[in-house]
Amino acid sequence: MIEVDRVGRSFTVGRRRTRTTVHAVQDLSFTVEAGEFVGYLGPNGAGKSTTIKMLTGILAPTSGRIQVAGLDPARRRTALARKIGVVFGQRTTLWWDLPLKDSFELIRHLYKVDRVDFRRRLDELTGLLDLAGFMNTPVRQLSLGQRMRGDVTAALLHSPAVLVLDEPTIGLDVVSKAAMREFLRRLNADHGTTVLLTTHDLGDIEKLCRRVMLIDHGRLTFDGTLDDLRATVPEETSIEDVVARLYTDGSVSP
Amino acid sequence: MVRTYLLLAWTWLRASAQYPGQLATMAIGSFAVNALDVLAIWVIFEHTGSLAGFGLAEVMFLYGSAGLSFALSDMLFGNVDRLSQHIRTGTFDTMLIRPASAFVQMAVDRFGVHRFGRTAQAAVVLGIALSQLDLPWSRAWMIPVMVVCGIVIFASVFALGGALQFLLTDAPEVANAFTYGGGTLTQYPLSVYGGELVRGVTFVVPLAFVNWQPGLFVLDRQDPFGLPYGLRFAAPLAALILAAVAAFAWRAGIRRYRSTGS
Amino acid sequence: MRIAGYGFRRHSAYRAAALAGAFTNTVFGILRAYVLIALWEARPGLAGYDIADAVTFCFLSQAFIGPMQLFGGGLELSGRVRTGDIAVDLVRPASLQMWSLADDLGRACYLLLLRSLPPTVVGAALFGLVTPVSPVTWVFFAASCALGMVVSFAWRYLMALSACWVVDDRGTQSLSLLMTLFFSGMVLPLNLFPGWLGSLAGALPWSAMVQVPADVYLGKRDVLEALGFQAAWAAALLALGALVTRAARHRVVIQGG
Repeated sequence: MIEVDRVGRSFTVGRRRTRTTVHAVQDLSFTVEAGEFVGYLGPNGAGKSTTIKMLTGILAPTSGRIQVAGLDPARRRTALARKIGVVFGQRTTLWWDLPLKDSFELIRHLYKVDRVDFRRRLDELTGLLDLAGFMNTPVRQLSLGQRMRGDVTAALLHSPAVLVLDEPTIGLDVVSKAAMREFLRRLNADHGTTVLLTTHDLGDIEKLCRRVMLIDHGRLTFDGTLDDLRATVPEETSIEDVVARLYTDGSVSP
Repeated sequence: MVRTYLLLAWTWLRASAQYPGQLATMAIGSFAVNALDVLAIWVIFEHTGSLAGFGLAEVMFLYGSAGLSFALSDMLFGNVDRLSQHIRTGTFDTMLIRPASAFVQMAVDRFGVHRFGRTAQAAVVLGIALSQLDLPWSRAWMIPVMVVCGIVIFASVFALGGALQFLLTDAPEVANAFTYGGGTLTQYPLSVYGGELVRGVTFVVPLAFVNWQPGLFVLDRQDPFGLPYGLRFAAPLAALILAAVAAFAWRAGIRRYRSTGS
Repeated sequence: MRIAGYGFRRHSAYRAAALAGAFTNTVFGILRAYVLIALWEARPGLAGYDIADAVTFCFLSQAFIGPMQLFGGGLELSGRVRTGDIAVDLVRPASLQMWSLADDLGRACYLLLLRSLPPTVVGAALFGLVTPVSPVTWVFFAASCALGMVVSFAWRYLMALSACWVVDDRGTQSLSLLMTLFFSGMVLPLNLFPGWLGSLAGALPWSAMVQVPADVYLGKRDVLEALGFQAAWAAALLALGALVTRAARHRVVIQGG
């Protein structure tokens, strides 16, 4: 479903005299099969966002080849947009001044979703994410947890085959977090939606992801199951400590 | 594209109905600020019967027709000049993940009634000027043509200004010099300006085709700069060429954005 | 003084924006200069100006846009009123008004360098501007500019604090913009205004921001009277500002916003 083949992405930063090239992502290769649930981990500035931007067509890679749902994201941005759902935890993709309901209706038109399918999908999501109480509230008045549920709904209305989530649980309280995780788990299990998720919350990973990828300094440093990840640092017991060790040491021998 | 635009505009319009007072204030404010320009013209004509060879009604006609084109294109596309803001706050990225043109999404962002203020002001001025001028139909047919061409020309200038902001994210004001500068330039008969400048806005950035060249036809006047008579009918061609250039620049801008990520 | 220096440095972070503003001001200066030239060609010697005076006036008014903040805003204060952070500022031991004034003058000086010089230089190169010979005129002009900045600040300070009482301050802001643009001399020199409109415009505070300093520069006005006029408005508006500050403190602190 997602194929990344020796992808590199570099940026030129600084002004004339201090110009240098930064390699945000280097020689990145991985494949995600349909129906997988993959966690994408890495310290701040490791290249997670750059990867997400390249997968969604916002940013073109400097080198290498990417295929998402059979399309080259940078070339077929709008076609891809109909096949994937994207959620940015840090900022909303909803319309700030519109009631949630109107935002969804707009998305139905933008994505050209059939009215019957839309109705069914929205009813299902409304039930699962418990949206009924604030359907008519403008987005700016929603709490962070409510807004995030709205954002996730918006990303799924067109039944995308792939869902890309950039820190979907950031800032959520314990209850909202648990609800969000349960929803994502069921989405993946019931609909077979492929999910790629970045997070700093290792609880997300433990509860949801069968497979974990770790990126550091723009390179993939680990790709395997959660148990494999634990096994890399046997003396640490909690997953948090394992990952902390990996971030600081930088090298992993799988 | 048009469907998406109308859809989004209609949604925004309904959303904006939540703050009727604010909108009325903004519409009146923009009406009044632009009315200052007319007040200035009036003060000028308190001192002189003609400005650079044109009388009050003629100047008002040129002001009103260009103003209408500018106001309508500002209303429909003017928001494109907020590109650098969208880039800085990251909202531009959220537009790129939607299956719709980023240009349309940006142009229509926060569409509201307040955008009609300037249009109303220009239409009033044009209406008054036309009632004073008493033009024959054999010349007046050009007026709708020139207003439409003017909209296309200004819209292209807005798009070019937006495209420029892909390069100058820190200095969006530079684009204002071209967009609002173009709006100001066309408020007066071009005979006011120097020959160099007029040749520039005829053959390089074709602002002269917004109201000046076709306006000379409508008013049946000699070209003070002695440029060919045929130019009076060249507005549609100039508009098309500029639109093509603008579309190209915008695409290049998006390509650059996606290859630099800045 | 230290606060003004801080304001100066804080603003130097916006160098690109200031230069872009200078570019825009220059373009508009050129366009407006042509209109004034056309008018003065039709009516030589109008309002006591010759063509060179009129063009100089036009570029000076463009140069004043930045330092005098003629399009409004420029004060961090209005944002703080909207968010309610103003309550913290009001209970500080230092005078909010004087502190903001110093900060704003620092900003004005920075913009004077970056945003005012370029349009003036370009204007001089293209059209040839009037330059006073006597150093005394330059001293008076500097004083007049400084007073103009204070009047501009005092006015914008009042507008910013008015948001403590008005729920939506956009109305007051656009009214203020309208008054400032028209009655400062930005749109047209005030001495072109006919009859009572001219007398009214000359007496209002906004003329202290463009018309008066420009006239001092051109030597078209009795200097002491001009500076006195500006100083009187500066004092009056600052005094009013002090009263409003006290009322705002009362409102925000005692009544809790």
